[in-house]
Amino acid sequence: MTLRITVCVKYVPDATGDRHFADDSTVAREDVDGLLSELDEYAVEQALRIADESDDAEITVLTVGPEDAREALRKALSMGADRAVHVEDDNLHGTDALGTSLVLAKAIEHIGYDLVVCGMASTDGAMGVLPALLAERLAVPQATLLSEVSVAGGQVTGRRDSDAASERLQASLPAVVSVTDQSGEARYPSFKGIMAAKKKPVDSLDLSDLGIDPDEVGLKGAWTAVEAVAERPARTAGTIVQDEGEGGKQLAEFLAAQKYI
Amino acid sequence: MTHILVYVDHVDGAVRKPTLELLTLARRLGEPVAVHLGAGAQAAAEILGDHGAVRILAHDAPEYSDYLVAPKVDALQAACAALSPAVVLLPSSAESKEIAARLALRVGAGLITDAVDVEAGPDGPVTTQSAFAAAFTTRSRVTRDVAVITVKPNSAPVEAAPAAGTVEELAVDFADRATGTRITSRTRRESTGRPELTEAETVVAGGRGVNGAENFRIIEALADSLGAAVGASRAAVDSGWYPHAHQIGQTGKSVSPQLYVAAGVSGAIQHRAGMQTSKTIVAINKDAEAPIFDLADYGVVGDLFEVVPRLTEEIRARKA
Ligand SMILES: Cc1cc2nc3c(=O)[nH]c(=O)nc-3n(C[C@H](O)[C@H](O)[C@H](O)COP(=O)(O)OP(=O)(O)OC[C@H]3O[C@@H](n4cnc5c(N)ncnc54)[C@H](O)[C@@H]3O)c2cc1C
Ligand SMILES: Cc1cc2nc3c(=O)[nH]c(=O)nc-3n(C[C@H](O)[C@H](O)[C@H](O)COP(=O)(O)OP(=O)(O)OC[C@H]3O[C@@H](n4cnc5c(N)ncnc54)[C@H](O)[C@@H]3O)c2cc1C
Repeated sequence: MTLRITVCVKYVPDATGDRHFADDSTVAREDVDGLLSELDEYAVEQALRIADESDDAEITVLTVGPEDAREALRKALSMGADRAVHVEDDNLHGTDALGTSLVLAKAIEHIGYDLVVCGMASTDGAMGVLPALLAERLAVPQATLLSEVSVAGGQVTGRRDSDAASERLQASLPAVVSVTDQSGEARYPSFKGIMAAKKKPVDSLDLSDLGIDPDEVGLKGAWTAVEAVAERPARTAGTIVQDEGEGGKQLAEFLAAQKYI
Repeated sequence: MTHILVYVDHVDGAVRKPTLELLTLARRLGEPVAVHLGAGAQAAAEILGDHGAVRILAHDAPEYSDYLVAPKVDALQAACAALSPAVVLLPSSAESKEIAARLALRVGAGLITDAVDVEAGPDGPVTTQSAFAAAFTTRSRVTRDVAVITVKPNSAPVEAAPAAGTVEELAVDFADRATGTRITSRTRRESTGRPELTEAETVVAGGRGVNGAENFRIIEALADSLGAAVGASRAAVDSGWYPHAHQIGQTGKSVSPQLYVAAGVSGAIQHRAGMQTSKTIVAINKDAEAPIFDLADYGVVGDLFEVVPRLTEEIRARKA
């Protein structure tokens, strides 16, 4: 039996670029380069490793995003995923986390799956909630924030490290998994991988294909509203001193003056 | 009176500081009702009552520690059904955010995560969030009747506000799916004796410049002189010099202390994402061009192996 793995990947503005908001308080996408969220590379990597360990597996990468989001799919395909699905619809502009989870869940059901793999958080919204929302919507177990993951005998197991403890988890498939950046370095696409990716199928779906009412998504369908956006005022330039042997002492004086000692 | 549910983050009844901060925020919005799941409700009730919890809904069952997230969502859903709160507040820990998300979906609430402030507004609570590594501040609200909001540690003061703190049993029926993800083993982290990183008033962080696990001792010594928590950059963690639980940044902890001291940290955007909201930022780095100096209120350009021990000595002398 083929193990059907769907990896959710997000197309995000480059964190080293000039990220900012547009007039409608959504992310301004035109002015800054986008890329596959680096944390989703870890999800693709773990999916590839899980596929390698199983007799037969197929990896579909899935994104919900504008036209350019196809670049994120291409990157994932060049790493080794088999095919891609792109959900693209003008009505999606400004969708919140709950709406995004609806679209992703419908698309995952449309594709058919045994395992969903996500990153730990996107690098733009960074809420870290989508995997849990998908488990809720799909009514399957969540095994999230794993720094180690494996699949065998219809079970997913892994390690989840939190503040207070390190835990081992176990759940039956189908399940939703998310992996952290501790799960293992993501591979670079090889030249062969990049060439092969060009021939891999990328299917496009819109809201009507998924039976989603446009009112449920987008800015109109969002259950949260951004009322104001302000750029953080530039920090007033601090005092910078060169250590000539007295740097530690000068710093202590500063801390004392600020009442930290 | 409008009920505001506060999810209690605790270890066997030892309530963590962010929960007390939530009670401060809850009092601005209505009448705080705490929800305590798992063992130790009686121990927790006293401190929750002292900080404004009028009622404490408590439920203990093995499901909370044996299975991941879902049983707690069932319990909060039951609390929502019982009280019809306007707002549910949870701390912004990784687990609480997952609980918040699933709860919001079930009760038809808008979801806001990582708020750094919450105030009452004409159309319900208004939150402040910081976005894009704290380069932007946004104000948001929920367009539904119910808001589920997670709040970052150190976003509100802990204030005493004595209230009844009456403990009541919460009735919870677990759904079949609550037991989908089993926790098969748990290794508790040993306490370092230092303050909890996310809650600390002062944090001292070391980066690649510390150059070795052994050398982290000088970072720890500085931290101890200040009563601070110890943090590390991802470069230091990936090199195996300090445990991952101490990583600060986008994929580590997010901290917002009064004082942040960074030694041998360059200040990459992903590191800044986790510390840029600190009140006072101090940097020690031998490269005058390091981006961390753009954030620093006070910076020393110099070798950390010279500056840090000298600073520690000075602090000890002043405190003696
Ligand atoms: C600065 C900022 C703040 C925001 N605050 C809020 C808020 O408070 N409340 C709210 O409801 N919405 C908010 N949003 C919108 C929200 O981030 C997006 O709707 C979103 O797609 C879901 O959240 P996330 O990107 O934080 O994903 P996370 O939950 O952080 O993502 C986890 C994983 O889910 C998968 N994933 C996420 N999005 C996609 C996608 N589009 N396609 C494929 N896979 C995906 C990836 O595997 C990813 O690694 C905010 C957006 C921004 C940019
Ligand atoms: C998706 C993603 C997520 C990430 N998440 C995180 C995260 O959560 N946290 C994080 O920290 N990083 C994170 N990173 C990594 C981040 O991009 C940087 O690589 C990292 O922060 C660098 O750590 P550093 O400042 O310790 O090392 P470097 O950038 O190498 O800087 C070391 C500094 O030490 C100085 N130095 C060296 N020797 C001395 C000396 N003797 N005295 C004084 N100064 C000295 C140098 O001048 C230099 O500025 C992430 C990256 C990605 C792509």
